[in-house]
Amino acid sequence: MTTIQTVGVCGAGTMGAGIAIVAARAGYRTVLYDTNMKALERARGQTEAFLAKSVERGKLTQEQVDAAMAAYKTTDTLDGLAECDIVIEAVFENLSVKQELFAKLNAVCPEHTLFASNTSTLSITQIASGCGREDRVVGMHFCLPAQLMKLVEMSPGLNTSDTAFSAAWAFCEALGQKPVKTKDAPGFILNYFLVPFNNDVIRLIEAGVAEPADIDRSIKAGLGYKMGPCELLDLIGLDTQVLLCDAFYGVTHDPRCAAPPLLHRMVAAGHLGRKSGRGFFSYDTDKMYGA
Amino acid sequence: MVSYSIVDTGDSRSFPEDHPFLAGAGAEGEVVAYIGFGAVSSWQEDPSRTAILVELTTETLGEATGESRGEEGSNTVGFARFRVGDGVPSDLVELVRQPHTDAAALEAARMVLEGAGLQVAECFDFAGRILDRLIRPYYNEALAKLDEGLATADDMDLTVKLGLGYPEGPIELLERTGLHHHHDVTQALFEVYGTKHYAPARRARVAKKRAERGLS
Repeated sequence: MTTIQTVGVCGAGTMGAGIAIVAARAGYRTVLYDTNMKALERARGQTEAFLAKSVERGKLTQEQVDAAMAAYKTTDTLDGLAECDIVIEAVFENLSVKQELFAKLNAVCPEHTLFASNTSTLSITQIASGCGREDRVVGMHFCLPAQLMKLVEMSPGLNTSDTAFSAAWAFCEALGQKPVKTKDAPGFILNYFLVPFNNDVIRLIEAGVAEPADIDRSIKAGLGYKMGPCELLDLIGLDTQVLLCDAFYGVTHDPRCAAPPLLHRMVAAGHLGRKSGRGFFSYDTDKMYGA
Repeated sequence: MVSYSIVDTGDSRSFPEDHPFLAGAGAEGEVVAYIGFGAVSSWQEDPSRTAILVELTTETLGEATGESRGEEGSNTVGFARFRVGDGVPSDLVELVRQPHTDAAALEAARMVLEGAGLQVAECFDFAGRILDRLIRPYYNEALAKLDEGLATADDMDLTVKLGLGYPEGPIELLERTGLHHHHDVTQALFEVYGTKHYAPARRARVAKKRAERGLS
């Protein structure tokens, strides 16, 4: 069984930076890779700030944080990941980009190194295909923001060995995360349920059944959800919802997964959600209207 | 304060037990509320009222009032307190309107319901209203994925609780509230909309067959 001491994370976006925080906080030597030096600097800054807050809140000691930051490295070359026992990729959600990355890493990393993908929509088996170590590739889908959310959906691909999957599972638990096992199926559990549900919400609005604020109130007061689906869609970004729909519809051909016409119209109109100041609700800085 | 009276037409899904809404009713009032299973068939036109509330289950308001050329609407509104199967009714009331429902009737209905501590979400008169229409396909999918072995029931429930912050997972919720009730609601929606996502999942059909034989 692989003993994991050094963790590589590919991609210094929000997800990758968050996963690197999780690894560093759990006491692993952590190497964050990105080709963009600015993204790496930003991730390091976010990590320092997050861990400092953890000390303020009494969750970590200053000594733990000092040790974590001493063991936290960044690199802009793949060779910098040569010492890693596991590499988790959180790069752009595109099959060929991920396949190419794992094929290159296969030449850089030792035999025992496990490859994990944080994909939310793609097939683990397909990502692993052709990389040269298909038996040591697993799905590890963290939730956003990774440093706060415990859940990790873990999936073996068709060629993943039991040994590799067990090692990755034990590593996930050692990170202090809560793994759940799912099949290598589109969207695993979370997005499989969420993406079409959110589309149904958009179709209800489009059909004139109810206004966004009434739908959100129903969901929160009726079911006890913390956030209404329209608020959530505004947070996810309506353009991102289109990408999720396209990825899902492409593999499932389920009409519920197809992007509703209203979603396309809203994106075309620039109503992307919080990031553009307007989606199902209007936002003036962080203030919400219509709710 | 808007005064209201209640016409009791049988067991009520919205108010199975004592509630401030029932306690607050008088003998007469500006508003009258028909509650219970016979509400739709007992409804009577009464232009002298500011609002007439009709409790709905799987029916629509138009079945009481009639519909005409997309111009229907009066002082009558529908309502249903959201509840899954045998679960305790929530504080959420779906208030059902038609295209030309009187604004004053909607306002009076809202005041009466909110005055009893309930939250109101307004929607137009379509089967399943807001919540059943949204959650039934999700429950059917969860049941189907359990059959397909996507994950264990516990892991599916845990995933939506940890990942989405839902208070309860779909499988435990359906077990708690009665899977055969889910069958009945989603079957009614399937008959109206005809799309496969409302078709009762296999496990719900099994639960329904057993319930018909008096088994749980």
